[in-house]
Amino acid sequence: MIFQNLDISHYIYLSTVLFSIGLFGVLFRRNAIVLLMCIELMLNAVNLLFTALSTYMGDADGQIFVFFIMVVAAAEAAVGLAILVMVYRNTRKTDVSFLDQLKG
Amino acid sequence: MSIIILLPLLGFLVSGIVGKYLPKQVVGLISTAAVVLSFAFALHMFLEKSILGEAVSQKWFTFLQVGGLQIDVAFTFDRLSGWMTLIITGIGSLIHLYSMGYMKEDEGYYKFFAYLNLFVFNMLLLVLGSNFIMLFFGWEGVGLCSYLLIGFWYKNLNYGKAARKAFVMNRIGDLGLLLGLFLIFKEFKSFDYTIVFDQIAAGNTPAHVLTAIALLLFVGAMGKSAQIPLYTWLPDAMAGPTPVSALIHAATMVTAGVYLVVRSQALYFQTALASDVIMWVGLATSLMAALIGLKQNDIKKVLAYSTVSQLGLMFVALGCGAYTAAMFHLTTHAFFKALLFLGSGSVIHGMHHEQDIRKMGGLKSKMPITYFTFLIGTLAITGFPFLSGFFSKDEILLHAFSHSPLVWGLSLISASITGFYMFRMFFVTFHGKYRNTHYPLEKVHESPITMTLPLLILAVLSVLGGLLNLPHYFGHNVAGAFSSYLAPMYKFAEHSPEVSASTEWLLLAAAVSVFIIAFVAMRMKYISKNSVPEEDDSMSGLGKVLANKFYVDEIYDAGVVAPIEIAGTVTDGLVDDIAIKGITDSIGKSPNWISSLLSRVQNGNIEYYLIYMVIAVSILLAINLF
Repeated sequence: MIFQNLDISHYIYLSTVLFSIGLFGVLFRRNAIVLLMCIELMLNAVNLLFTALSTYMGDADGQIFVFFIMVVAAAEAAVGLAILVMVYRNTRKTDVSFLDQLKG
Repeated sequence: MSIIILLPLLGFLVSGIVGKYLPKQVVGLISTAAVVLSFAFALHMFLEKSILGEAVSQKWFTFLQVGGLQIDVAFTFDRLSGWMTLIITGIGSLIHLYSMGYMKEDEGYYKFFAYLNLFVFNMLLLVLGSNFIMLFFGWEGVGLCSYLLIGFWYKNLNYGKAARKAFVMNRIGDLGLLLGLFLIFKEFKSFDYTIVFDQIAAGNTPAHVLTAIALLLFVGAMGKSAQIPLYTWLPDAMAGPTPVSALIHAATMVTAGVYLVVRSQALYFQTALASDVIMWVGLATSLMAALIGLKQNDIKKVLAYSTVSQLGLMFVALGCGAYTAAMFHLTTHAFFKALLFLGSGSVIHGMHHEQDIRKMGGLKSKMPITYFTFLIGTLAITGFPFLSGFFSKDEILLHAFSHSPLVWGLSLISASITGFYMFRMFFVTFHGKYRNTHYPLEKVHESPITMTLPLLILAVLSVLGGLLNLPHYFGHNVAGAFSSYLAPMYKFAEHSPEVSASTEWLLLAAAVSVFIIAFVAMRMKYISKNSVPEEDDSMSGLGKVLANKFYVDEIYDAGVVAPIEIAGTVTDGLVDDIAIKGITDSIGKSPNWISSLLSRVQNGNIEYYLIYMVIAVSILLAINLF
């Protein structure tokens, strides 16, 4: 079976790659929707790592933690999208680089 | 005695605080009443105690106690300070009364009276205080009031500058006084007159210390009493209203130096060197000021130089050891110089603020009372026989002669020049033709009663003042009253001049003849020939030098003021601007620079914030891992 051949290190590499993709997406994309998706990607990369290590260590704590993260991610996505909708209604844009009016 | 001192202070507080809201007459009345009442109490005390030789001492509270030093706010009303008190409050009352008329139109009326009252209060502190610190308080206080009153019309920049000049010049003298006080304390561990003078009289103090103290105190007197080299402020002080010139810059404050020396008689009696210095400085001042007075055309400037000259004469007397003669001349001078100043004020008032005597002339008919009283004042100061100035001046000349004929000769010259410039001014002002084209003669008017009444009283005093201390040839029953009055105040008995009767008559004859010469010469020049002092531009030679006051102000400017200003510019540019300002400013500005750099980081763009966050987290991780 393919799962037996997978070492813990593969999970770590995969989640690192996913996290990095998310991170660079957050840093270099300007579209707010893409940003939110990238954040989601980063969170899920972390989730993957949690579950993988949880299985590896034989400890269920990590998997419980994942549920919490999912709840927070769902809330964050809801709030983030709500903000985004309002921003779009007001500016007709979803580009975050224009949202710099809050500086002191 | 508290009442005498506190009344003027009360007057100052009332007119200073609520005077603004009171009608002018009320303010004037309150202030005048304060001084008049003070005079009444002083007179009462004088008749009750001082005449009998009793001194009244009073301690209010201890001002300061540090280690072995105790400074009391204490006062002594003895024969000397009592006499000064009478002069200050007496002349002060008259001048207050006069000011009610003179300052009538002025918007700063209440302020003027507040200052005047404050001045009287400070002057009383000066003379009545029973230790050197009280004297110093009063000394500074009168200096302040003098400054305030010279610059009373502060909207005129030059007047403000004159006030500042007076203040700065006085500070120089005050420094000397202060150093003298320090030395006194170092030597005697006390400031109290009785303790200090008892120790001095005991004669255990090294002579050089005494000389140093005496000279330093005299530096203070030089400043306050306008002696060379610190006299230039007094003529400039004429910027103040005329009553101020009469009260402060003729009758009272400028005599503080004389009072100081007389009070310290025990000290000066023992220091021949200091006495000689005083005498020569006084003589030089007297001559120089008299010469300058010859060519001044501002009616008040003439009187100012005359004051300097007469003060010089008083210091000649002090230097000769004739303390009573100096006090006597101080008294008579207070009478006739106050009279002359007030008279000039009356003229200025009547001429609508014209002070140049070349623009006057023929005022005799328009201002009869002023003319008459001014004549008496002029005769008194020039030494017309049997008027007050005649006696006091002759007493000084007599002492000068017994000291050294040379001093006598120079003093006589100075006294005769007095005659020249006084008669010149008098004739040019009151006789001849009226010469002012801008202000018609019809508008010239005599002053109101509040102004002429003090003139009349002072005129009487100027005539009779000589009776205080008649020379011995009037018979021993009436002569020398003032001498015997003051005699107990001295730790060492005064020398009486040792000259034979015939010499004395000769001296008298000399004095009278210079008076006559001055009178006749000036009468010929300004009445018979009807000449007028020349215009400023047409002067030449010695006259120009005199009119420009020997260029002393210019010399001071070039010799003292300019170098200090250069030094000031240099230190301002180098030390202040570059070193101090550079360093402190850059310290002050550095947070600004740093924050402006950092504030660019906070540009509001969320992308950058994210990058910072990632970088920061990476750094933290890196630190944690390695």
